[in-house]
Amino acid sequence: MINLIINDQKVSVQAGTTVLAAAKKLKINIPTLCNHDDLCVAGNCRVCIVEQKGARTLIASCATPATEGMEIHTNTLKVRNARKHIVELLLSEHRSDCTKCYKNQNCELQSLANEFAFGDHIFLDLVEDKKYSIDRSSPSFIKDDSKCIRCQRCVRTCSELQYISAIAVANKGAHQKISSFHDRPMSHVVCTNCGQCVNRCPTGALVEKTYIDQVWDAIYDPDKHVVVQTAPAVRVALGEDLGYDPGERVTGKMVNALKQLGFNSVLDTDFSADLTIMEEGTELLVRLKKALVDGDTKVSLPMFTSCSPGWIKFIEHKYPEFLPNLSTCKSPQQMFGALAKTYYAKKRNIDPSKIVSVSIMPCTAKKFEADRPEMRASGYKDVDYVLTTRELAVMIKQAGLDFRNLEEAIYDSIMGESTGAAVIFGATGGVMEAALRTAYEIVTGREVPFGNLNITPVRGMDGVKEASIKIEGCVEAWSFLEGAELKIAIAHGLVNANKIMKLVKEGNAPYHFIEIMACPGGCIGGGGQPIPTNMQIRKNRMKAIYSEDENMVLRKSHLNPEVVAIYKEFLDKPNSHKSHELLHTHYVERDNF
Amino acid sequence: MYQVGNLVKELSDKHGRVRESLMPILQEIVQKHNYLNDEAMVEVARELDISAAEVYGTASFYTFLDTQVKGKYVIRVCKTITCSMKGKSDIIHTIEDMLKIRVGETTTDKQFSLIETNCIGWCHKAPAILINELPYTELTPEKVSEIIKDYMQK
Amino acid sequence: MENTGLNKVDLIFEKIDNKEVLAKAFKMTKEEIIKEVLDSGLKGRGGAGFPTGMKWKFTSEEKSPEKYIVCNADEGEPGTFKDREILDRVSNKVHGGMAIAGKAIGAKKGVVYLRGEYRYMLPKLMIELTSFHKMIKEIGYDFNIEYRMGSGAYICGEESALFESIEGKRGEPRNKPPYPTVSGLFEKPTSINNVETLVTAMMIVKHGAKNFIQYGTKDSRGSKVFSVSGDTPTPGIFELELGMTVLQFVDEFGDGDTKAVQVGGASGFCVPRKKFAETIIGFEGVPTGGSMKLFNSSRSMYNVLHNYLDFFTEESCGQCTPCRVGCQQLLKGVEKVKKGEAKSTYLNELMKLADSMKIAAKCGLGQSVGNAFKSIVGNFKEEIIY
Repeated sequence: MINLIINDQKVSVQAGTTVLAAAKKLKINIPTLCNHDDLCVAGNCRVCIVEQKGARTLIASCATPATEGMEIHTNTLKVRNARKHIVELLLSEHRSDCTKCYKNQNCELQSLANEFAFGDHIFLDLVEDKKYSIDRSSPSFIKDDSKCIRCQRCVRTCSELQYISAIAVANKGAHQKISSFHDRPMSHVVCTNCGQCVNRCPTGALVEKTYIDQVWDAIYDPDKHVVVQTAPAVRVALGEDLGYDPGERVTGKMVNALKQLGFNSVLDTDFSADLTIMEEGTELLVRLKKALVDGDTKVSLPMFTSCSPGWIKFIEHKYPEFLPNLSTCKSPQQMFGALAKTYYAKKRNIDPSKIVSVSIMPCTAKKFEADRPEMRASGYKDVDYVLTTRELAVMIKQAGLDFRNLEEAIYDSIMGESTGAAVIFGATGGVMEAALRTAYEIVTGREVPFGNLNITPVRGMDGVKEASIKIEGCVEAWSFLEGAELKIAIAHGLVNANKIMKLVKEGNAPYHFIEIMACPGGCIGGGGQPIPTNMQIRKNRMKAIYSEDENMVLRKSHLNPEVVAIYKEFLDKPNSHKSHELLHTHYVERDNF
Repeated sequence: MYQVGNLVKELSDKHGRVRESLMPILQEIVQKHNYLNDEAMVEVARELDISAAEVYGTASFYTFLDTQVKGKYVIRVCKTITCSMKGKSDIIHTIEDMLKIRVGETTTDKQFSLIETNCIGWCHKAPAILINELPYTELTPEKVSEIIKDYMQK
Repeated sequence: MENTGLNKVDLIFEKIDNKEVLAKAFKMTKEEIIKEVLDSGLKGRGGAGFPTGMKWKFTSEEKSPEKYIVCNADEGEPGTFKDREILDRVSNKVHGGMAIAGKAIGAKKGVVYLRGEYRYMLPKLMIELTSFHKMIKEIGYDFNIEYRMGSGAYICGEESALFESIEGKRGEPRNKPPYPTVSGLFEKPTSINNVETLVTAMMIVKHGAKNFIQYGTKDSRGSKVFSVSGDTPTPGIFELELGMTVLQFVDEFGDGDTKAVQVGGASGFCVPRKKFAETIIGFEGVPTGGSMKLFNSSRSMYNVLHNYLDFFTEESCGQCTPCRVGCQQLLKGVEKVKKGEAKSTYLNELMKLADSMKIAAKCGLGQSVGNAFKSIVGNFKEEIIY
């Protein structure tokens, strides 16, 4: 252990602990900006400077390891003056139109300014001289360089967590900026729209593109029938933006709130998640049969899941040669969208041209996905507007709802029924677990051999997870799988996806089925989820997801009565012609820059 | 003509497909083509398996790794204090008049680019310029116009 | 304070038999070499002035099968051109110094990082390097040197930025600790020394520490190469004993009308005429990596300051707030004050900012911008204001 003294208090920490972390142990708060728990140390904003006895300069507490006998003071006049200067300098480069800013009151720079730089600014305003640009080209987010403070959290996120580096630091000195490849629009570079940078941007330089006003317009248009679907991960995170602690489930209140907002029908993406399991599970079994029984060497295995639009765009850019390995299933959002303007319209006897289909997603990439030209199977844009969890919270606040005291409500029908298998789509490993619960039962006629259906090996925060299940006692139709060992892998965060893809490329991936989610922790850590994010917050959300599952009456997708009904009434059977028309898609190769 | 062709592949073979080869590879491309075009940077990114944005980000850090079109002869005029004191402006005016371009510009025939640069280490023989790699020092307007004339005839 | 007066020395460019000196050095133990350099009191000649012997000692104590000796030839400080001259005239001694350093720290590999502006020298240096490699092979010593080029970035002279650059990245300084002696190039223990330092160290091994400490002062041992430019009838390279006053220097190199000397380049200090006599050139007074610029009374110190601030605003790597934005604020600030668009009292705010930059910036560049700013504004305020 290392012993040091901070503000005259003794503290012992493990070797390698930073001064910042040591101070935290003593509950001494040191302000930070570039520092982020999910990312490597940068030490470039300098806000966290402290005084070390005997040192010539101040030191960045986030970047300096504690050493034996160190004496630190976090609040000397020298520190305060320098820190005030630093905040003032940041403000002088930053367009401070706070009242108009989407991040108003959720901005780390604003909070610091509140503490250190209120009143008249000391320094000259540099903003006007800089030819800052605002990039609105992506359907998912806006990159506003005039709000950027160059903390490089976004750059580190894009490289360390996502292995994309669609953005990097460019130029130097006064011209230093965060840039895509040669300043190309974000819509025309490798960006996956995952929104992880948005989650970590301390200011309003990276924010989601909002469609709140368009949704309000639709709600208030008497001519329109507005349906809304909510993704599994939204219900375990929305509360954070409305005063709840991370990990509190607010499903019932959220449903009620959506009704109060005026949506004509409040439905559940979980329904189409269950449907996805039927389609994707069947697709996998068909591929396995082709490979194992028919000896078809052209079958693309391993098969990859296709629910995560960030992952889809990643593979389209980075590994296009493996596009045939992707499941052709649309994501639950898009399956829902295609059915809303066909099946639902027909059943409810509504003109599909009058339906406005809205989805609430933990995700910014879903905005891009909804805009894809392939996503018009209904003859219309299948999903008209995608809102993030954060945008829904804004709408709830705008409507003046007393969220905490709302009664719990249940989803409307049809397409509002779900199972626990669908809920866990929101966490890494969840799609795999849901698929196994169903596929195993189809093949063997028995439940998966895990206590209470909880397939624990596929759960948790490990970046890459592997498991295998021995298939024994098959029913006759699937007897060719008798004795086979189904090998699976799961990755979340694209840096981990890339690890698996490298193995696949090298031919060293002995898997049949791989689940990949673009975001850390899966959708619970999605780019549209409440800010801030860190490992503990994501773990709390994940815990909430699994308790939501345990509390469901039905926990296997094939038992969802609405899923059973839609096959009977409309789709015929999984992977049917109709299914392919509405629920499956194809992918396109994209440039790798 | 700027043709990337096999150049990046050859340079990657020569220097190795590792991150630390990035600078030598970019430097050699610039030696041949005077600047880095987008195609070249994308190729380098592909060969070294790094992101194109990072290649651009790295290149744009270094003054000599230009990512904008540059002429066959890049004239860099030192603007740091001693050269500035010893007549840098006259040198620039002379070159501007001769080439009919301003600082920061490239002649339409893509023969010359004129830029200012920071200290090139010839303060004792100021004012000084670099034309591509070669330094020319203790310049006067007369001297520099002779030098530029020579290059124009090359 | 000791004062040595102005004495010319011939050490760096002294003609020696390289092979003989190296053969002698390679017979010494690493402890013996380090002791000699420690005893000499040699401090780094690039500007920062870290004791060379300590650097070698720390690096030698690291247990790593792979270590590097890096020669910092990214001479970018405005007003410095001595390393180019040294490489041009005695590259063999630079390479020799690297081999000796390699022996001392236990490195088999050396890398010279040469600034892009000096690329024209490379063909000649390559020929000289080949014969050097041949020579040490003949002595029976295993050491290899490689040249890596910069591409126009002043900040790459900062040691950790230089490593980043060799590694193919943007030349952004790293957080310290860890220091290079523990984790430097490719995260291996590395001793990074200036061109002149390596030659000086080699000469110390040849002549002995005792000989070296006869020159200079207690804090500034020996002699060093000065790059003299500006308003002087005799600009150029001069090897002088450390410890002279600025006045003695001006008496030798001034044009009779010197009003200020900028010692140590843009990151150094401006010494006004009234302080010439009391200011010693060396670590006890104003340190320098060799850059000595003389300004006579026809020069506007506003222009000098503006030129330096413009330089830093462009050459800051841009990653840390105090340096990136601070430089812009100092530059725009003095512009406004000069034009009368800001009150002269705004200079006081800028002086405080310069103080903050000195203690809050991430690396030596940002920390030293305040030197020129404070010494020029402090001594020539009347020339800065409207």
